[in-house]
Amino acid sequence: MARMKFLCDADRCIECNACVTACKNEHEVPWGINRRRVVTINDGKPGERSVSMACMHCTDAPCAAVCPVDCFYTTADAVVLHSKDLCIGCGYCFYACPFGAPQYPKVGNFGSRGKMDKCTYCAGGPEADNSSAEYAKYGANRLAEGKLPICAEMCSTKALLAGDGAMIATIYKERVLKRGYGSGAWGWKVAYKETITV
Amino acid sequence: MKLVSLFPLRAAFFGLFGAILLAVSAPAPAAAQIVNPTAQAVQEDKLLRQLHHLEGRISIPDQKASVLIQPAGREWREFHNTTVFWTGAISILGILAALLVFYAVRGRIAIDSGPSGKTMTRFNGFERFIHWMTAGTFIVLGITGLNVAFGKYLLLPLIGAEAFTTFSQLGKYAHNYLAFPFMIGVVFMFLAWVKENIPNAVDVAWLKAGGGLFVKGAHPPAKKFNAGQKLIFWSVILGGVALSISGVILLFPFYATGMAEMQLAQIVHGIVGGVIVAIMIAHIYIGSVGMEGAFDAMGSGEVDVNWAKEHHSLWVKEEAEKGKVPGAAAAVPAE
Repeated sequence: MARMKFLCDADRCIECNACVTACKNEHEVPWGINRRRVVTINDGKPGERSVSMACMHCTDAPCAAVCPVDCFYTTADAVVLHSKDLCIGCGYCFYACPFGAPQYPKVGNFGSRGKMDKCTYCAGGPEADNSSAEYAKYGANRLAEGKLPICAEMCSTKALLAGDGAMIATIYKERVLKRGYGSGAWGWKVAYKETITV
Repeated sequence: MKLVSLFPLRAAFFGLFGAILLAVSAPAPAAAQIVNPTAQAVQEDKLLRQLHHLEGRISIPDQKASVLIQPAGREWREFHNTTVFWTGAISILGILAALLVFYAVRGRIAIDSGPSGKTMTRFNGFERFIHWMTAGTFIVLGITGLNVAFGKYLLLPLIGAEAFTTFSQLGKYAHNYLAFPFMIGVVFMFLAWVKENIPNAVDVAWLKAGGGLFVKGAHPPAKKFNAGQKLIFWSVILGGVALSISGVILLFPFYATGMAEMQLAQIVHGIVGGVIVAIMIAHIYIGSVGMEGAFDAMGSGEVDVNWAKEHHSLWVKEEAEKGKVPGAAAAVPAE
C-alpha cells in the first residue's frame, strides 16, 4: 500500500488559491470552513514564499492522540480520517494539530463547535465509498475512484503534489537537481518526522 | 590598527578588480549565471527555530488560519496526554487509597460523648442552598470532565463508540451550561464564608494536633471552621476561580485569545480540575460516611450540640454567648 502524502513546492506555488477553491467546490464545503488554505510568508518582501497547506495526514497523528472520543482512524493508505458521527466538537484536535487543519462549523450558543471538518485527502469517511451519506458528511471520495486529491490534480504550476510519499519525493528531488534550488518540503519534518534531502 | 590602515588600499584594489570583472562579464550570456532564488528565500527550519511557529498572510477571513505550522501543538499533546492525565489519575487514585486506609484504621469518627439529642443551627437555608448548588453542579462537571480525560480508556471499551459519543456529547452540553451556576455558587460561598475562613493562631494548634483525626478522643479547639475546613474552602475558592477563568476562555474559543492561551487554558483546566476532584472526594468522605453527625450540618443545617462541642468548641462558646445553644448554661467546651 502507498503512504499518501502532500508536498507543496514553495518555489512553484504562485498563490493562485485554485487548490482552495477546487477543494471547496469538490466537497461542497460550507462557508467559513477551509480544508485547504494558502499562506504567504514574508509577503511583499524579498524571499517571499507561498505554501498551500491542509491536513498533512501525519505519522502518529496528534489529533488522534488527543481526541477524547477516539473518532480518528488511519486508512491502509496512511490517510488520517475521522467519523463525524463520533466527533463531539470539543476542539482538542485543533489545539494539537501543527497545521491548523481541523475546522468547526459554528453552531448553537457561545463558542460551541459542531462536528469537526478537515481535509480527507479526497478519501471520504467511514461510510460506504461514494455513498450519498459519505458525500454529505465528508465530500467526494476520489481515492476510491482511483483519482488523487483534486487540489493537487488541478494545480496549474504543479507546485502541490499528492501521492505516494516516495514517489512525490523523487519528483521533488529531480526538480531540485534540475533547477539547482529548492526551499524544502514544508511541514514534512513536523508531520512525517523526515524530510527530503537532495 | 594595521587592518584599518590597510583598508583604503584593499578597497581600492577590490574596486578596480570588480570593475574589470564587470567589464569582462557584462557581455556574457545571462544563461551562464546561476540564479538561485532560494538563496534569499525564507527557510522553514530557520523560521521555526526563530519564531517557534510559521505565520504569514492569508486571503480568507479566518485569521487563525494564517499560522502555517505550530509545532507547539505537539508539546500541548504531550502535556495533555501525559502530565494532565497522570496528575488527575494519581491525585484521584491516591486520595481514594488514602481514604480507604484511613477508614480501615480509624473507622467512622463517632461523637465521643454520644448524641445529646439537642441541636443547634450551623448553616442556614441560604448557606445550604449555595453549598448544594455548587456541589450538585460540581459533581456533574467533575464526572463529565473526567469523562473527557479518562472516558476513552475506561468507559468507551465498556459501552461502545456510539453510546460513548452520545454520553460525551450530552456531557459536553451539561459541562458548558452547568458551569454558570457553579461559578455563581463559588462567588456566593466566598462572600458567605470568607470572614470565618481567615487563617489564625487556632489553626496552627489544630494542624499540630493533626485535627484530632488520627487519635481517638482528641479534639483540638476550633471556631466555626477548623484548619482542615479552611483548606477545603480556599482550595474551592482558588481552584474554582482558576477553573472559571480557564473554563470561560475554553467556552469562548479564540474570542479574545490566541492558540497559546487556549492551550494554556486547557492545561490549567485539566490539572486544577483533577486536583479539585481529588480534594472534593476527601471532603465528601469526611462529610458523610467518615464522621458521625457531620452530614447534618449541610443536611438539615442543625447539628447535634455534642458534635459541635467536640469539633467546634470555640464556635459553640461564641454561639452560647449569643444564646443560640440549647441548654447553654451547661455549654462548656469539650476541651
